[in-house]
Amino acid sequence: MEYVIEMLGIRKQFGDFVANDNITLQLKKGEIHALLGENGAGKSTLMNVLFGLYQPEAGTIKVHGKEVKITDPNVANKLGIGMVHQHFMLVENFTVTENIILGAEPTKMATINIKDASKKVQELSEKYGLNVDANAKIEDISVGMQQRVEILKTLYRGADILIFDEPTASLTPQEITELIQIMKRLIEEGKSIILITHKLKEIMDVSDRVTVIRKGKGIGTVITAETNPNQLAELMVGRQVVFKTEKKEAQPKDVVLQIDKLVVADNRGIDKVKGLNLSVRAGEIVGIAGIDGNGQSELIEAITGLRKVKEGKITLNGQDITGLKTRKITESGLGHIPQDRHKHGLVLDFPIGHNIALQTYYQAPISKNGVINYKKVSEIARKIIEEYDVRTGHGESSIARSLSGGNQQKAIIGREINRNPDLLIAALPTRGLDVGAIEFIHKRLIEQRDKGKAVLLISFELDEVMNVSDRIAVIYDGSIIDTVFPNETNEQELGLLMAGQSLQENGNKVGGENE
Amino acid sequence: MNKRLINILVPLISIVLGLIIGAIVMAASGFNPIDGYAALWNGIFMDSYTLGETVRQITPYVFSGLAVAFAFRTGLFNIGVEGQLIMGWLAAAYVGQAFELPAIIHLPLALIAAAVAGALWAFIPGLLKAKLQVHEVIVTIMLNYTALHVANALIDVISGGGERTEKIHATASLRSEFFQSITDYSRLHWGFVLALIAVMVMWFILEKTTRGYELKAVGFNKHASQYAGMNVSKNIILAMVISGAFAGLGGAMEALGTFENMTKLHASTGIGFDGIAVALLGANQPFGVLLGAILFGSLKYGGLNMPSEAGVPTEIVSIVIALIIFFVASGYVIRLALERLSKRKEVK
Ligand SMILES: Nc1ncnc2c1ncn2[C@@H]1O[C@H](COP(=O)(O)OP(=O)(O)OP(=O)(O)O)[C@@H](O)[C@H]1O
Ligand SMILES: [Mg+2]
Repeated sequence: MEYVIEMLGIRKQFGDFVANDNITLQLKKGEIHALLGENGAGKSTLMNVLFGLYQPEAGTIKVHGKEVKITDPNVANKLGIGMVHQHFMLVENFTVTENIILGAEPTKMATINIKDASKKVQELSEKYGLNVDANAKIEDISVGMQQRVEILKTLYRGADILIFDEPTASLTPQEITELIQIMKRLIEEGKSIILITHKLKEIMDVSDRVTVIRKGKGIGTVITAETNPNQLAELMVGRQVVFKTEKKEAQPKDVVLQIDKLVVADNRGIDKVKGLNLSVRAGEIVGIAGIDGNGQSELIEAITGLRKVKEGKITLNGQDITGLKTRKITESGLGHIPQDRHKHGLVLDFPIGHNIALQTYYQAPISKNGVINYKKVSEIARKIIEEYDVRTGHGESSIARSLSGGNQQKAIIGREINRNPDLLIAALPTRGLDVGAIEFIHKRLIEQRDKGKAVLLISFELDEVMNVSDRIAVIYDGSIIDTVFPNETNEQELGLLMAGQSLQENGNKVGGENE
Repeated sequence: MNKRLINILVPLISIVLGLIIGAIVMAASGFNPIDGYAALWNGIFMDSYTLGETVRQITPYVFSGLAVAFAFRTGLFNIGVEGQLIMGWLAAAYVGQAFELPAIIHLPLALIAAAVAGALWAFIPGLLKAKLQVHEVIVTIMLNYTALHVANALIDVISGGGERTEKIHATASLRSEFFQSITDYSRLHWGFVLALIAVMVMWFILEKTTRGYELKAVGFNKHASQYAGMNVSKNIILAMVISGAFAGLGGAMEALGTFENMTKLHASTGIGFDGIAVALLGANQPFGVLLGAILFGSLKYGGLNMPSEAGVPTEIVSIVIALIIFFVASGYVIRLALERLSKRKEVK
């Protein structure tokens, strides 16, 4: 069998940190090849080398058997290599077509010919079933659609080798199913795909072979049909991984968070949370299950003081926090792992150590008389980096942007849990994390609960909600339509609830409570 | 090659490259580059008088460079340093001439007036940005023109229809008998000491204080700052105000040191705009700004000597100086080349 891509003995260093050490990856024509590894193992780095964003210090790359030097992404494009990045690179107020032709503008007598381009984009979109409107503005379309625009961009440039870097991390389950269909169609059309994902289920579903890397070193390549998730996890982490987290029975105590008849509007002034009631007690984890866009973001923002409350009341530890400033709420015992780590969770241009101080920089022992003790900051940061196994290139002084996505997330989680808040809001806490890290984070959430803290978990992954929560509140169209217990329900039932069908109407209520 | 060596080599190589290209330009236009550079050298270092004047020239550049750099470090592009500096100049000149007070009160008062005037002029774009999301570049550019005309109108009022304000009282002056005597009666004044202090102040605010942490965080990512409970509007305004205060103090150097009054301006002073180049040269770091101002001010002042001593016309002088600045500012290209070179060696 002929290889379309061969990366042989690739080595990539950042300063004295070796991110890729003698890695080999061979892609066959017409296959979906998964690239698996822990957070910070060097997957994105390896793909950036293939795409010409980084120059390797050693090793060779062959495309269709011929040795090539990929000095920049333009060279990669010419060789038919396209990449869909972990974080999209689109201009918000441009249309789909404008974004796609950016950098490869078709010109007719030095004027850009948008009409032809738009027609071609529409044709491509139909051919591959991408369902994208060529004239829509990026800011008006969903995340899933934005990703399909990125795919179109590579196809428009004539790519026949596509790299997907964690394409499913920011998608809803429905969008993931669609994406998998699209990938299968691409293969039918003769493309080859390298897929990075942390979700073993996806790998088992779509890939033909899997290459595993650990801490920058190649571990080997296996045929998907001859392996199983447990073996993959073990190859990647180097030890056995437990998928179902063990936990004791919850011991709920006093109510920590109480929400009554909450109404919150979105930016356009449309009500997204509509008279929502919810309570979370000390010593329990309440999971909010629901399809994205049913008011989850607005609910979190209202609790944390980032968005105005229109009506209703929120109390934390018995204190009315409705309408208080974010800092006041944080100080009354709230920890918040935000949904969007790049927008809210981190100052990407700060060192990771300074980011770990983001919630405490103004308090003793870090700040005294308006002066920051950066030694103390480093000390605390080092402790958290160690405890949460945050892999960095240069310790706490690494710029946050240079950390791999999963390690950025671990640093945020460490920062929030370390403050030991009475209520911890964890929004999509394991998005983009590897299985080992997910196991670790779940343990940490349960540990908080066992210390008598309240945890509110928001997740789009049913596995996670079922596995970690003590009680599941299903959100639909801005209110909690039912509360169920994980051991008394199943995925089907939750799926129905999330689609807005009340179980009481069907006469088989599974228990719960009405606040 | 280690980092420190590269850090020292880069600016040196840049300057040499700039000098070489500048020499080619001079030679190509029919002037002797050796004579030209000798004149430049003499224009900076010839005797104690020239040296005193060079330092005097550098002083306001330090302030305007710090003003631009401070705003930049906190996520703002303050093109309005020119206007803030003019307002500071006027405020200091006015306080200097209008009051009779003991020096210990008068001089600080004049300096504070300048800082406050610059800060207020910067407060306007800060407020507009924080509350109405109006981009600061547009507002600050417009306020530069406004400052020029407002200052001229006020000079008219203060002087009763004259061209300039009265000379400030000696109690508000930054001049010093001592500095004048050791520099053969140049206009060297205490300002350079204040400039050094300002460098330390900027460093301290940004690198040591809690407020500096907030200002930088808000500049880099206001969403994350909001999440962390910071008051974003307040920090944007404060960043602008501090930047404006540095600019205003730059004006005070002219009012209380160099000229001891303020004459109606027909055009911008240029110091504020040059502050952008100085900040760029200094990579927006306080000590870098100091070095940038030294280079920029020296070339500017020394260049004045080139037409008279070497017969190089002012236009060519401007080109030569711009080339040197250009090469230093694009030092990262040289840095990149050096790093590539050293890496290749390591691998082998
Ligand atoms: N530009 C850079 N400068 C310094 N270090 C870097 C840079 N880019 C990546 N690294 C480091 O290299 C390592 C590998 O990063 P990479 O992004 O390739 O990981 P990854 O396998 O994609 O992880 P994730 O699954 O979390 O996305 C990390 O430890 C990261 O901190
Ligand atoms: Mg990655």
